[in-house]
Amino acid sequence: MSELAFFIDYSRCIGCQACVQACEECDTHRGRSLIHLETIERRDSVQTSPQVCMHCVDPICARVCPSDAIKQTPDGVVQSALTPRCIGCSNCVLACPFGVPKYDGEIDQMMKCDMCYDRTSTGRRPMCATVCPSGALAFTTIEEILRTRRGHAVNDWQFGDEHVRTKVFVLVPTEVARVNVPVVPLSALRRPSRPPSDPYDVAELLEAR
Amino acid sequence: MARLPTSIPALVRQFGPHLNREPAGGWTTRGEPDRTVATHCCFCGQQCGIQLKVKDERIVGFEPWEEFPFNKGKLCPKGVKRYMQDEHPDRLLTPLARDEAHGFRPIDWDAALNRTATGIQRIQAAYGRDSFAVLTGASLTNEKAYLMGKFARVALRTANIDYNGRLCMVSAAAASKKILGIDRSANPWSDIPKAKVVLVAGANIAECAPITTDYLWQARENGARLIVLDPRMTPIARTADLFIPVRPGGDIGVFNGMLHVMMERGWIDRDFIAAHTTGWDDVETIVARYTPGYAAQVAGVPASLIVRAAEMWGPAETSFLLHARGIEHHSKGVENCMAAINLVVATGRIGREGCGYAMITGQGNGQGAREQGQKCDQLPGARDLENPEHRQYIAEVWGVEEASIPHTGLSAVPLLEAIHDGRIKGLLLICFNPAVSLPDGGFIREALGRLEFFAVIDFFLSETARYADIVLPGSLMEEDEGTTTNVEGRVIHHRQVVRPPAGAREDWRIVCDLAHRLGAGDKFGYRSTRDIFEELRIASKGGVADYAGITWERIDDEMGVFWPCPSVDHPGTPRLYEGSRFGHADGKAHFQPVDWRPAVEEPDDEYPIVLTTGRVVSQYLSGTQTRRIGALVDQYPQPRCEIHPRLADSLGIADGDFVCVESRRGTLVVRAQVVKTIRPDTVFVPYHWPLDRSANNCTIRAIDPISKIPEFKICAVRVSKVSQPSGDLAALEPSAGGIR
Repeated sequence: MSELAFFIDYSRCIGCQACVQACEECDTHRGRSLIHLETIERRDSVQTSPQVCMHCVDPICARVCPSDAIKQTPDGVVQSALTPRCIGCSNCVLACPFGVPKYDGEIDQMMKCDMCYDRTSTGRRPMCATVCPSGALAFTTIEEILRTRRGHAVNDWQFGDEHVRTKVFVLVPTEVARVNVPVVPLSALRRPSRPPSDPYDVAELLEAR
Repeated sequence: MARLPTSIPALVRQFGPHLNREPAGGWTTRGEPDRTVATHCCFCGQQCGIQLKVKDERIVGFEPWEEFPFNKGKLCPKGVKRYMQDEHPDRLLTPLARDEAHGFRPIDWDAALNRTATGIQRIQAAYGRDSFAVLTGASLTNEKAYLMGKFARVALRTANIDYNGRLCMVSAAAASKKILGIDRSANPWSDIPKAKVVLVAGANIAECAPITTDYLWQARENGARLIVLDPRMTPIARTADLFIPVRPGGDIGVFNGMLHVMMERGWIDRDFIAAHTTGWDDVETIVARYTPGYAAQVAGVPASLIVRAAEMWGPAETSFLLHARGIEHHSKGVENCMAAINLVVATGRIGREGCGYAMITGQGNGQGAREQGQKCDQLPGARDLENPEHRQYIAEVWGVEEASIPHTGLSAVPLLEAIHDGRIKGLLLICFNPAVSLPDGGFIREALGRLEFFAVIDFFLSETARYADIVLPGSLMEEDEGTTTNVEGRVIHHRQVVRPPAGAREDWRIVCDLAHRLGAGDKFGYRSTRDIFEELRIASKGGVADYAGITWERIDDEMGVFWPCPSVDHPGTPRLYEGSRFGHADGKAHFQPVDWRPAVEEPDDEYPIVLTTGRVVSQYLSGTQTRRIGALVDQYPQPRCEIHPRLADSLGIADGDFVCVESRRGTLVVRAQVVKTIRPDTVFVPYHWPLDRSANNCTIRAIDPISKIPEFKICAVRVSKVSQPSGDLAALEPSAGGIR
């Protein structure tokens, strides 16, 4: 049996925020939630997407930190900025391709998800992945995931020219070997003259034949 | 209009809802708990296992309980934050007496109980026994539900007791009983992932029963196809294999239309029908008329969707049907459910692994609280109040004359109508907030203001308790011990985690104290809730909901026991109808023919839009608990009116605008939320808020003729853009009924 790992299946998320509420309960960052739940575009859809820290193998946030404040544990968990070192420059906030670190002005420190290090280091599962009622977040073995889920789990990402490998896996269709996120300048985006057919517009569903 | 002892803002200042945002003692001092107690969530019918952390005899947090098989540690946001109602600043810590023009003043327990007993006796002496009514709730434990039924029939001898499950489960219960013979989900949840097709009708599972989501997704991982019927594209509908945006009240069109196609294509199990059912011919006759074209007209969706649903459901090897309030909250709620269940029985796919049917109970003890005899027509063990043998058996258990047990009384809505027109003069209420939760809210609040004597047992001063003469401070779920029965029919054990705070008492002690003062003390000599459970086991013995073989020890050892469980050596019954043995005396399922009929109030030229109501994930029922928890309020601070952009554009409404939703009965003003995920002929407003934010100001006081459930899911309204509301009520915090 391989070791426990963190898996995200975005397609399962129902936007309930159990993860957000449970994260806030952690004793190391009391009353402050470090997981992000993104509502994609509520006008168009109820789609939501949870975002924990992906714990990059070679973390970009740490690489761009001028004060060397972001450290990795020996088992690859990327931690929040160290209080005495963090200068609040927000380089990490801007550089992270997943939008995870947030600078907290009140305490002048970058805080981010550390995969519930207090729990995982004592044999418990991270809070968000334990409570998640949809199974969008899971902390289990790769064997269990492959046994119970369609598709497969990958941890390779391509953001434009940047290749990123993460400790956290995402579930994708079997034909996807690497998550490819092309980087397109905003100026190059052209709005379509006519809105495309919208699979989530109930009015359009009612007009279908 | 209504008779409140002082202004609403003054009551809110004193009694809330205020928001609790931190655990007892604050985040920083929480430290390591002294103990962790495995128990269950107090909220919905899923009854998830959860562990509560206790420090210095105060609940300070939670820890997932991964060993409990139903939810395996999973929780929704309400479960995560439920402990924030412990040590809450709004907790009632002394009995209160109405103090005209000033609100309420504290009185001592003896005075409060004496005044309540005297109030009851005075009204019953002056106007007759039935002029004093009892209203209860489905969030009560089995023990308390049993106690309330016995209290009404033995201590008060009033016919008029009913409960807020009348707003919740009764349509499903009646339909299930009529066709299958037993009022319970037919299968344990572990059967869901084994089904090849899952049909979810009128159930916003992601928000109202979030834990069931994983069971659905697991079925899909295993190759199941998912069909969802809902006027709104809910989170589970978004990725369903087939989403049918049925119009509110049009479900029978889909069900009968599917059955029509299945008959044409030979997807009916005629051998099963011949061997194990009655009444099929009548169904066939009616369904023959439901061609896809006609069915589509009834359902308000393209015929192709109905045909595709039949193509998925019809030939499947295994299947599971789930439904909830979306099809049940109608003046034809029972018929909607029966049309759905006909689809199950016609295929013979029930009573075996991966094949079955379930209703998703809404309230904490939605299942158990309707079996213990607190319904207006029922005795413990789900026995019938008008069955002479049932009456005799319970009379013997209670040690009373059979003739002394009252007959069927009024259900919740007619009971409030009887208060309004003066036939009922007094009320004892526990675990119910009709000022927010019943339809036609203005009428309901007017009725509450007409009571001559009104006593409430509650832990917070709910919007309804504001009308009380006496308020008796009761206990939270985690402050008392007992059992509930979850959505699967699994009886589970709620442990007492802490004692009620000083000044409050366990609910059952309050009720027993009242019984003593009313001269029925010898029938209420319980020393603990365990004593009540032991009596409940005997009272349910031989009934449909038979708990005789269930003990608290067995529940703990076996992680819950499924009823019926007639003896201690019986394993319990996770799956009903195995071997195609149904609950009726003849052992058969009884098909019920269903023909569509309109709602009591369909849209017209004057009120052209359908209003439908429901829940959001971070709030629970009338909100009297969850509107006091800061983190849950932040998640969805105030109700919004979901409206499709096409309808919004035609009315000149933009996202975030203040809109007035108006029916023939009342109005509410909220902000618009313009979304493409709802039918353009329908608007949705969640019902958890009071006063001018209450969706129930608009809903209609129409009920199903059999189940007596109100038609919450459809009434006719018009919607218009208005300016920002002002005044005292608008200025309240949104959690108290204000608006921002």
